[in-house]
Amino acid sequence: MTDLVIAFTLNGRLREVRTPAHRTLLDVLRDDLGVLEVKEGCGEGVCGTCTVLLDGEPVSSCLVLAPRAAGRRITTVRGLGDGDALHPLQEAFVAHGAAQCGFCIPGMILTACAFLEEHPAPSRDEIRQAIAGNLCRCTGYTKIIDAIASVAGRKTRG
Amino acid sequence: MPAVPFEYHAPATLEEAIALLREHGDEAKPLAGGQSLVPLLTLRLARPAVLVDLNHLEELRAVRREGDALWIGALVRHRALERGEGALRACPLLQDAAALIGNVRVRALGTIGGSLAHADPAAELPAVVQALDGTVALRGPQGERQVPAGDFFVGALTTALGPAEVIVGVRLPVLGPGVGYAVEEFSRRAGDFAVVAAVAVVELRSPGEIARVRVALAGVGSTPRRLPGVEAALAGQRPDAETLRRAAGGAAGEVDPDGDAHASASYRRHLARVLTARALERAAAMAARRKTA
Repeated sequence: MTDLVIAFTLNGRLREVRTPAHRTLLDVLRDDLGVLEVKEGCGEGVCGTCTVLLDGEPVSSCLVLAPRAAGRRITTVRGLGDGDALHPLQEAFVAHGAAQCGFCIPGMILTACAFLEEHPAPSRDEIRQAIAGNLCRCTGYTKIIDAIASVAGRKTRG
Repeated sequence: MPAVPFEYHAPATLEEAIALLREHGDEAKPLAGGQSLVPLLTLRLARPAVLVDLNHLEELRAVRREGDALWIGALVRHRALERGEGALRACPLLQDAAALIGNVRVRALGTIGGSLAHADPAAELPAVVQALDGTVALRGPQGERQVPAGDFFVGALTTALGPAEVIVGVRLPVLGPGVGYAVEEFSRRAGDFAVVAAVAVVELRSPGEIARVRVALAGVGSTPRRLPGVEAALAGQRPDAETLRRAAGGAAGEVDPDGDAHASASYRRHLARVLTARALERAAAMAARRKTA
């Protein structure tokens, strides 16, 4: 199998990797580029820990074959803030103590970020639905939902 | 576990894609959104020698109104169906059904063509296409053919797709005034496949008379099942809750599900009845509202 050369934008920076086609975007990010904030959980697209934004939409990087990332814009949780300044969602997760072990948090924040872009003033129930595909085995979700709701802000209903 | 290595092709035209599938026969698999295929690859349940990536085929992305029909290209993603913008407004049932698929990440990449080709017996979109008597358009070495939904789904994960054929799109009827619809499903956890899902479409002749009802269930057999008995019992009847519920009672006797680790056969029959009743009631209420719209 010949390797492919795949170029994409990672957190605003152009990156190029050489990989056989059967590897996933998750493999490339973690093993080739050392992007360790993207976590491998179930490896089947269920748990949400490997979530990245692909052209702004959350996807499971474990279910994206490497060649499907070519030419795309990939954002991890490190790409959300501005330099040393955290993104408001990151600030909110810190302020609300929304992370315990932290393994699900990068995917959780990316999912919430894309959701709030589309729904700036969601209800609590809409937030619950939005993160239903991101599993957290520590927190019971309450503080995570609190954190997201606080960023959604005073406009939040319910 | 990484997938077994394969040869990767990303053809730029449908003709090239079909030629590659034909050349490599059973050794080749087409890739659309990958949300079912990639887990099969990494679990090594599928070990194709050749992968033919269809994602560069722009012609499979079209959505357009064709008179009383809506054409949806095979590569249209579930998220686009869920957002329901543009021509997709002509069949808003898709919006409700797509919103129930997997999780948001599956919907971002999964495609309507992929869902139909994979033909999971519990999947939402096959049931929608079955309920609406949709037509699946297939292209292969012998040209294009139109397969009615009733003939397309052959068995669990098995369709009428022949060797080297790919789905190019699906035609669904536009839902006009006086037509209401609903999707009801039960699943054990968020994001799981439905244990049973019901899709109902109710068409009113007048506020007090049903012209036609169509119901399809997922999760009660190897393919999405229509309920001809329930449908016949409701033609010409009043769309009141009691009539609808009584007719829905027949759903349990019209299906013969297998029990498995997720639900027993009798529980699936119970869900068939309950979800059919709920879907019919919501669809009838919507049909009454859309009559005046």
